Amino acid sequence: MFGAIQFLNGLSHGLSLFLVAAGLSIIFGVLRVLNFAHGGFYMLGGYVAYEVVRRIGMEHGLFWVAVIVAGLVLALVAAGIERFMLRQLYNRDQIYQLLFTFALVLLIGDVVRIFWSTTALSVSFPPELRGAQNLGFTIYPRYRLFLCVVGVVAAVGLWLLFQRTRWGRIIRAATQDREMLSSLGVNVPMVYLAVFAGGGALAGISGALAAPALALRGGMDAEIIVECFIVVIIGGLGSLWGAFIGALLIGQLRAIGITFVPEWEIVLIYLLMIVVLVFRPWGLFGKKQAGS
Amino acid sequence: MADQPVDLKVESIATYYGLSQILFDVSFSVGPGEVVALVGRNGVGKTTTMRSIAGLTPPRAGKVIWNGRDMKGVPPHQVCRAGIGYVPEDRRIFPDLTVWENLDVVWRPADSKWTEERIFDIFPDLAKLRDRNGGYLSGGQQQMLTIARTLMTDPKLLLLDEPTEGLAPLAVERMVDRIGVLKAEGLAMVLAEQSTDMILALSDRMHVMEKGQIRATLTPEEVRADETLLTRYLML
Repeated sequence: MFGAIQFLNGLSHGLSLFLVAAGLSIIFGVLRVLNFAHGGFYMLGGYVAYEVVRRIGMEHGLFWVAVIVAGLVLALVAAGIERFMLRQLYNRDQIYQLLFTFALVLLIGDVVRIFWSTTALSVSFPPELRGAQNLGFTIYPRYRLFLCVVGVVAAVGLWLLFQRTRWGRIIRAATQDREMLSSLGVNVPMVYLAVFAGGGALAGISGALAAPALALRGGMDAEIIVECFIVVIIGGLGSLWGAFIGALLIGQLRAIGITFVPEWEIVLIYLLMIVVLVFRPWGLFGKKQAGS
Repeated sequence: MADQPVDLKVESIATYYGLSQILFDVSFSVGPGEVVALVGRNGVGKTTTMRSIAGLTPPRAGKVIWNGRDMKGVPPHQVCRAGIGYVPEDRRIFPDLTVWENLDVVWRPADSKWTEERIFDIFPDLAKLRDRNGGYLSGGQQQMLTIARTLMTDPKLLLLDEPTEGLAPLAVERMVDRIGVLKAEGLAMVLAEQSTDMILALSDRMHVMEKGQIRATLTPEEVRADETLLTRYLML
């Protein structure tokens, strides 16, 4: 039976995935750079949180300190990468940017291996969210419920940021015509820096929040980035709404797959991606590019 | 605007797109309240001249001097903040932003005299469309929005590239009228245009361009005295 538990599993997975995919999608929308290293940022966020928890513990709300530190560290790392490296490549062919972010993937992978070895590490659940919650119709782990709440809050928060703030409007304008925006007095390189750093922070926080739910190990970056790519292909690159729906779809599809055809679970997802690519290559909520 | 300095000097600029040279030794100047027209057929370098001044396609040789400051290496957003507003020819509004959002998104100095209300006074058509997405406006409305949006940055000099291109005759008339209002307020402009009516109605001086060079400089009086003059130059 596909029941409440499976649905909630799909939901919490989808909403967590949204946090990572949203950053990837926004970065692409503004910078037009497909950031392969986004999964690396996520993985690094998990390890930074692990390191902070190892040093200061996680009682008395200290886990949340670790999450915030992971977000800040990744924002700084991303800002440094954009300011001192990626920025030199905008005038080049897109292949250079792809190669560069791929190089970052390898680099981050090595950094993780050097500092934290290759054995899987784990972070326990923060004490305030251990155990299970009785929801009336079912009992469900508290921490996963919390991940659902975070995903919804982040989605609403990002929506408000984009629709209701001047900063959000500037970011939307930058996705539509950056040259024009700079001619209107907006410091576009600064917008790029802020968006890349913001995307990095989102990925870092996601990785930190995922740490108690998963085991940390090298290779988790590749898994998440593949899933993120599928989310944005289905939803449409550059579309926040698309990332949201795409992530929820993937979450449910995985839950359904695990329940009914466990060996074929991942195949279902690829099938959906192929169907979308064939019939709507710009994604469910993406913008059809002129000439495609 | 009279109290603000307006002194643009374009001195022998040469501008390239990649390896091909588009502008050759282009020089002209704009003073307070002046409207200087660049005329000539498509592809003679009017747009490139504007982009050179706006910092979007910096010249490789020569100088753009704005109120005594050499603008070499100044990025576009700083050119805008220095008081030069660029209105491109292809109506590059932000299509997914509403009219109001298009106006709100631009950088604006604290002491700007342009407010949404004042913009809507000059372009009353836009007031009714305040919450409509830019992409759903007509060509004429989009062109007005492009100009209105640049005005929000409080320019002292407006670079207006073909504001009537592709507009219906009635919309052209309206545009000439609105730009006349801006000129009457004392706003200095560089105006690239193909419509002779507009040039004669608005400009103080016109530079005829051909193959990336200024071939002749005429005044509206000279053109009015000899109506074939401009046509002859444009037929070159």
